[in-house]
Amino acid sequence: MIAVIDYGAGNVFNVLKACRYLGREAELTADPQKISQADVVLFPGVGAFGAAMTRLKETGLDQVIKSTVANGTPFLGICLGMQLLFDSSTEFGSAAGLGLIPGQVVRIPDDDGQRIVPQVGWNQNELSRPESIFKSIDQQYTYFVHSYYAKCADEYIVSTVDYGVAVPAIVQKDNVYGFQFHPEKSGQVGLKLLQTFFEKAVKA
Amino acid sequence: MLAKRIIPCLDVADGRVKKGVHFVNLKDVGDPVAIAAAYEKQGADELVFLDITATNEKRQTMSSVVEAVSKQVFMPLTVGGGIKNLADMERMLKAGADKTAINSAAVANPALISQGAEWFGSQAVVVAIDVRWDPVAGKYFVYTHGGQQKTDLEAVAWAKKAVELGAGELLITSMDCDGTKDGFDLKLYQTIGRVVNVPIIASGGAGKIQDFVDVFEQTPVTGALAASVFHFKELTIPQVKQMLAKKGVPVRQ
Repeated sequence: MIAVIDYGAGNVFNVLKACRYLGREAELTADPQKISQADVVLFPGVGAFGAAMTRLKETGLDQVIKSTVANGTPFLGICLGMQLLFDSSTEFGSAAGLGLIPGQVVRIPDDDGQRIVPQVGWNQNELSRPESIFKSIDQQYTYFVHSYYAKCADEYIVSTVDYGVAVPAIVQKDNVYGFQFHPEKSGQVGLKLLQTFFEKAVKA
Repeated sequence: MLAKRIIPCLDVADGRVKKGVHFVNLKDVGDPVAIAAAYEKQGADELVFLDITATNEKRQTMSSVVEAVSKQVFMPLTVGGGIKNLADMERMLKAGADKTAINSAAVANPALISQGAEWFGSQAVVVAIDVRWDPVAGKYFVYTHGGQQKTDLEAVAWAKKAVELGAGELLITSMDCDGTKDGFDLKLYQTIGRVVNVPIIASGGAGKIQDFVDVFEQTPVTGALAASVFHFKELTIPQVKQMLAKKGVPVRQ
């Protein structure tokens, strides 16, 4: 079973639809037991970092996520869900994240109005870890909507896209994965990435 | 590099895609899911659904269209036409839309932009602006209610204000160019592009491939929307993208 974490963040329904389109059983849930017993966990969401962390803490889901990850369950954060995996974000001041991947989430620099923020649209991935289960991403376009991006060590970066700055698009540390783009909005490429995750990211 | 977006716009009435010229002689074109899937296959980067019935009793029909499309088509979907309040926005987003386009309601109640951005995130709030050049005043003015009502709002200032209030994107239609197939209003997008720093989608005037090349080469817009040239199959999306790529404009192929 695929658990899709329900923490009140927007845009989770299309992730569920993509799972079901791929013939997978997926459930939107905030139930700690269901999350910890799932084969894989998806952690989607759009919105503000600080507000999302507050909700995760209030509901205790932050601890559920940490213990599920510690158990080796393949865990995929999507968009805001990926950003929350890191140590902290500078969004609206500063907020602590889940600390599952070392790094910081910062605003895309607009270079005095020279760069449009948010990045909205399809950008082309450059693979930096050819051994990754997601190696099929190389040179493929995926759909992004975001104003903040992750700054982390190269060892966690699977692919990047060029938006004037190198934006990590896929990150991984052990069984924790993150997609900055929306696989559920990236056509056949995105569906294939989800399929790969369901098939190849097996419990450690 | 970020690809420039080609965005077909589908008019929806009574749960079906319609086409006509200037909202008259509407003909049934078919099932929204099948048409959306066909555009996805052609390489459309996003889809805009415009509810042209836009009356309250039809709202439910529109959300079921969005629901049906989002189960089968995995690309960004924007829904516009008659969205009046947060409840309308929420209904469309819950049904599977990624973004909602607000137009007349944003002019009548600018706070709707900031409320929408606060509740759903800026990325979900596209402010659609219908614009016409006033040669006497020497300014662009904003029109509402499907282009039927002129307002006192100067378009460039309104675009700037909409972004300040939290619009994540602007969809700007030149009423002067709409339907002419003489190309996009380049000056309009150059002017507005100078004062805002969010993605702009150009709409109105697409007729030939060179029009897409011009709008991307000469203005800062990141998306171009077209309806009839694609519906009537005068141009295909691959044709447009091949030419753009040849001219060095980044596109997803």
